[in-house]
Amino acid sequence: MNSDSLTRAYTLLLKRDLILAIRRRAEMLNPLLFFVLVTSLFPLGIGAYPELLETIGPGIIWVAALLAAMLSLDGIFRSDFEDGTLEQFLLSSHPVSVLVLAKVLAHWLITGLPLLLVAPLLGILLGLPADAIRTLLLTLLLGTPVLSLLGAVGVALTVGLRKGGMILSLLVLPLYVPLLIFAANAVDTAAAGLPVTAHLSFISALLVLALSLSPLATAAALRISLS
Amino acid sequence: MTQTGNNTTLEAHELECIRDDRILFSNLGFRLEPGQALVLEGRNGSGKTSLLRILCGIRLPEAGMVTWGATDIGKLGADYHVHTAYVGHRDGIKLDLTPLENLAMARALGKPSDITLEAALEKVDLCGFEDVLTRNLSAGQQRRLALARLLVTDTVLWILDEPFTSLDTHGIKVIEKLLEQHTASGGMLAVTSHHAVNLNNTPTQTINLSA
Amino acid sequence: MFNNFFHKLASPKYFYGFSGRLLPWLATGFILLTLAGLYYGLVKAPPDYQQGDSYRIMFVHVPSAWMSLFIYVVMAGAGAIGLVWRIKLAEVISISSASVGASFTFLALVTGSIWGKPMWGTWWVWDARLTSELILLFLYLGIIALHNAIDDKRIAARATAILAIVGVVNIPIIHYSVEWWNTLHQGPTVTKFDAPSIHLSMLIPLLLMAVAFKLYYLMVVLMRARCEVIERERNTGWVKQLVESQ
Repeated sequence: MNSDSLTRAYTLLLKRDLILAIRRRAEMLNPLLFFVLVTSLFPLGIGAYPELLETIGPGIIWVAALLAAMLSLDGIFRSDFEDGTLEQFLLSSHPVSVLVLAKVLAHWLITGLPLLLVAPLLGILLGLPADAIRTLLLTLLLGTPVLSLLGAVGVALTVGLRKGGMILSLLVLPLYVPLLIFAANAVDTAAAGLPVTAHLSFISALLVLALSLSPLATAAALRISLS
Repeated sequence: MTQTGNNTTLEAHELECIRDDRILFSNLGFRLEPGQALVLEGRNGSGKTSLLRILCGIRLPEAGMVTWGATDIGKLGADYHVHTAYVGHRDGIKLDLTPLENLAMARALGKPSDITLEAALEKVDLCGFEDVLTRNLSAGQQRRLALARLLVTDTVLWILDEPFTSLDTHGIKVIEKLLEQHTASGGMLAVTSHHAVNLNNTPTQTINLSA
Repeated sequence: MFNNFFHKLASPKYFYGFSGRLLPWLATGFILLTLAGLYYGLVKAPPDYQQGDSYRIMFVHVPSAWMSLFIYVVMAGAGAIGLVWRIKLAEVISISSASVGASFTFLALVTGSIWGKPMWGTWWVWDARLTSELILLFLYLGIIALHNAIDDKRIAARATAILAIVGVVNIPIIHYSVEWWNTLHQGPTVTKFDAPSIHLSMLIPLLLMAVAFKLYYLMVVLMRARCEVIERERNTGWVKQLVESQ
C-alpha cells in the first residue's frame, strides 16, 4: 500500500473518532468534571491553608490529571472492540501502529486537550502564582499525550477482559511515575521563580520516546488481545 | 477485477485448534482455488468461528499453518490482508456513524474497488439510507451494511461468519447473489452458516467440524 | 552444536528430563552456598564500626534487590524470545519468573525497612532505592494480575511478555527519575546501602549469597516451568506415558 492511501486512512480514522466523540459529547465532559472535582476535594480534605495548598497544588493537579486520563483510557479501544471495528483495523492493509497513532491522537484531542482549558482555573483555586500556572500548562501540553500513548498499551492488553478497569490502573499507573515526578516538580520549581528548561526537556524526551515506541507495543498488544 | 494464478491459492496444512483444553479440530487441511467456495458446518462450539479467525490471521493455530500462494500468512501480514475481507459475528460497523461514513472508513482500510459507495449500498438494498444513523437501522439492515463492506475494497478472499444472521428470505437472496457474482469473477469464499448455503453455480467443498 | 543443544532444550519433553536431572545439583549448590554465605556473613565478618551488627541484614537485602532487577530483565528477555520466535518454553520461563521476582522484591523491601528502623528510627523512609523497589513491586504485581485475568494460557503469556518489555524500557527511566526526585526532596541523605569501599570480609559473604540466590531462582523457576510444561502438554503422548509410568 502506498503512503497516499495510508495518509487517507489516518486522517479518515482521526476524523471518524472525532465525529463519534461529538455525537456522544456528553461522555466527553466526564473526565473533565472528574479532574475539577478531585482537585477541589483536596482543600476540603486537608484544610484551605494558602501556603500548604500552594506547596502541594502542582502535585494535586498532576495526580488528578493522571487519574482523569486513566478513567478515560478505556474509550480508546473499548467500543471499537465491542462492535468489531477493532478487528477490521487489524485486518487492514495498513500498518496497525499508524492506525493506533490516529486513534491515540483523537483520544488526546478529546480528553487530554480539554484538561488544559480548566487547568488555569484549578491553578487559581489552589493559589498558584502566574509563572507556575504557565508552566503547568506547558507540562500538561507535553505530558498528557504521554498519558494517552502509554495508556493505549495498557488498554490494548486489557480490552478483551470483562473487568479490565481495575487491572488497567495497576498496569498503567507505575509507568506514569517519571512523568508525574518531573511535571509536578517543574511547576514547583517555576513557583519558586527558577528556570524549568531541564524539566521540560526531560518531559519532551519522554514524549518522543512514547511516540516512537508505544504505537508498536500497542499494535502488538492488540493482536494478542484479539487472538 | 481480481487476479488469478498460483499466487491466489489458500491452503491449510494440518491445522489444530485447542480451546479450554478441548481439541476442536486437528490435522485439518484443505485447498481453496479462485472461483471456489468453502462451507464450514458443525454444531455450536465445534470451532467454525475459530477456524475462520485462523484463516484471517487473527488467531494462531496450535499447530499447522495457513498459506496464501505457498507463503505463511503470518509472514505476509498486510500483504495477505489486502486480498481478504472478513465479516465476523460482530458487524464491524459503528452505530453512531451513517452507512456512508462506515463504508468510507472500510474502504480506506484496504485497496479501494471501482464501485462507488452509493452503488455498494444499492447492491445490498440499502438505497435511501445513506445518511441515517446506523443505530436507527434494523438488525437485518445493519447486517447487510456489514456485508456491503465486502464490496468497497478490491479483495479476492471473503471470509464470512454466519453472513445470513438476522436476514429475511429476501435479504438472503440478495446476499447469495453477491456471493455467486464474487466467485464467478474469480473470487474465493470461506463461509460458515446455519442455513443451507445456496451456491448452485459455484464449486463448493464442505467441511463438517462435528464429524 | 550449540544450536542443536538449544533446539533440543526448547522441546518440552527434553526440557522436562534435562531440568529434572539438573534440579538436585541446583538444590545442593543453593544449600551449600547459603550456609557458607550465612556463616561468613553472620559469624566471620566483623561488626561495622558505625552500624554494629544491624548491617548484617545486608547479606539478604542486597542480593534480593539485585535479584529483583535481574529477574525482571530475564522475564522480559524470555518474553521477547517467546513472542518473536514463538518458543513455548521461553513463554513458560518468563511467566514462571514473575512471582519469584515479586517475592524477591518484597523481601528486599521488608529487609530494607527492617534495616532502616535502627538507622532512621522509622520503618519507612522515602529513600530513592526503597521507592524504586516499591514501584518495581507494582510492576511485578501488574504482570501477575494481568496473567491471572486472562483465561487462555498462551494469550496470557504473550500479553504479559509485552507488558514486561514495556516495563523493562521504563525501569531505567523510573529509577533515575526517582533518584533525582529523592535528592531534590530530601537533600543528600547518607546513602546507607552504598558501601563504596567494602571490606573483603564482607564482600565474600555478599557474593556467596548473591550466587546462592541465583541458584535458588534457577531452581524455583525450573520447578515452576516443569509444572507449567506438564500442564500445557497434557494432551501429548509423552506426558501420558510419563503419568502411566509412575
